[in-house]
Amino acid sequence: MIRMDNVQKAFDDNHVLQGMNLEIPKGTSMVIIGGSGTGKSVALKCILGLIQPDSGMIYVDGKDASKGDRDAFLARFGMLFQGAALFDSMTVWQNVAFRLLRGSLKRPTEEAREIAIEKLRRVGLKSDVADRFPAELSGGMQKRVGLARAIAAEPEIIFFDEPTTGLDPIMSGVINDLIREIVTEMGATAMTITHDMSSVRAIADNVAMLHGGVIQWTGPVGQMDASGDPYVEQFISGSAEGPIEAVR
Amino acid sequence: MNPITALGGLGRAVLSLLAAFGRVALFALDAISHIVRPPFYPREFGMALLNIGWLSLPVVGLTAIFTGGALALQIYAGGARFNAEAVVPQIVAIGMVRELGPVLVGLMIAARVTSSIAAEIATMKVTEQIDALVTLSTHPMKYLTAPRVLAALITVPALVAVGDVIGIAGGYTVATQNLGFNPATYLKNTVDFLETRDIVSSLVKGAAFGLIAAIMGCYYGMNSGRGAQGVGRATKGSVEAAAVLILAANFVLTGVFFSL
Repeated sequence: MIRMDNVQKAFDDNHVLQGMNLEIPKGTSMVIIGGSGTGKSVALKCILGLIQPDSGMIYVDGKDASKGDRDAFLARFGMLFQGAALFDSMTVWQNVAFRLLRGSLKRPTEEAREIAIEKLRRVGLKSDVADRFPAELSGGMQKRVGLARAIAAEPEIIFFDEPTTGLDPIMSGVINDLIREIVTEMGATAMTITHDMSSVRAIADNVAMLHGGVIQWTGPVGQMDASGDPYVEQFISGSAEGPIEAVR
Repeated sequence: MNPITALGGLGRAVLSLLAAFGRVALFALDAISHIVRPPFYPREFGMALLNIGWLSLPVVGLTAIFTGGALALQIYAGGARFNAEAVVPQIVAIGMVRELGPVLVGLMIAARVTSSIAAEIATMKVTEQIDALVTLSTHPMKYLTAPRVLAALITVPALVAVGDVIGIAGGYTVATQNLGFNPATYLKNTVDFLETRDIVSSLVKGAAFGLIAAIMGCYYGMNSGRGAQGVGRATKGSVEAAAVLILAANFVLTGVFFSL
């Protein structure tokens, strides 16, 4: 389980997180929604330790995330970045097998390549993609390679940062379905940040609405439409009228 | 302007400069410490050796040969004013080995390697590749900085040595083909005149300049701002800082080797 207790983070005068509290039960898929610039990515990066919170505590399975063996902690995570963040000096299979080619999870090169190709197949890419470079792939294919890299070492917890941004609706649907299938079959705990409502409905077990640096509402995805929360209702409807300012 | 305000502004500027030096010094110490602490990344080190050392050879060679040739012409023309044309071999050798070889190679490395390192790492930063490295349990300082710094530390002195030899060869070619020097006498004068201290100073300068070039490229890359403008600023800043620091380090090292 992941728990955030009163997490605060400011960048100069911009107070992004102002006491964020959130619980993600083990084996469930939490989707955090909210407008651009509301701190969704910052929250995710705080959990991973990529950004240090100014105050508050983050626990993973009851243990303080800022203490202990950092490599062992990160080995439990996989992450799909918004722009895929593939290493452009490496081929696709080397990207996917990055963790398997070095460090504590190191495997023989041939075995790592086979696992990478298997993971590529799992996300719907053929083996002939393996020896191409990321720059030779479309945006949707890059996202799928990023997804394959995120699951290559079979992590317990997977983070998805805006998984469908920049993709057409069909490719978005493919990615959403893949995420849902993979999270279910791996039994992983998932945390997704998005403002794409079709992703929310496809991926989420639970939803949290982040606005003003705090979680305004959280609950099961099935209750989202009838939440009664003005922030959630405005976000779902996409209306300019409501508590969320249209001009930020 | 109020003198107190002016003094305050000056104080802030000095403090800001000292803070920047402090940040770079801490970054350099961190980078060097990662060179000797596992895990090591031999593939990245090999790529850095190739990029910094081998692929810099053409530009270093061309710079050195033209500089050596021009130096021979200048010394001959200048020496002719007081009948000292015969000193061409000695002054070309000493000029190339002590000063022009290391400085020009250092500046060429700043232009070619520092800019490339800064742009590559800055682009990795803005496209979240550095964050991706961290989530894949890979320390960016170990994976990106340490191999480049170690490779520069090893290859730049070698490039300086090659530059020194090619520069002297440029002077030799011009002197023997255009200025009427005897080839055997030219070589004998060159070898006899150079001291071990000249060669050691050249190699030490090369190592120092390599360290500066790689550290500044990595530092500016790791600390770049967002977007294309951030990458551009990081690249420009890294080359400016590396060039100035190389020239300053050259002054200090020349003082250490030849004035004490």
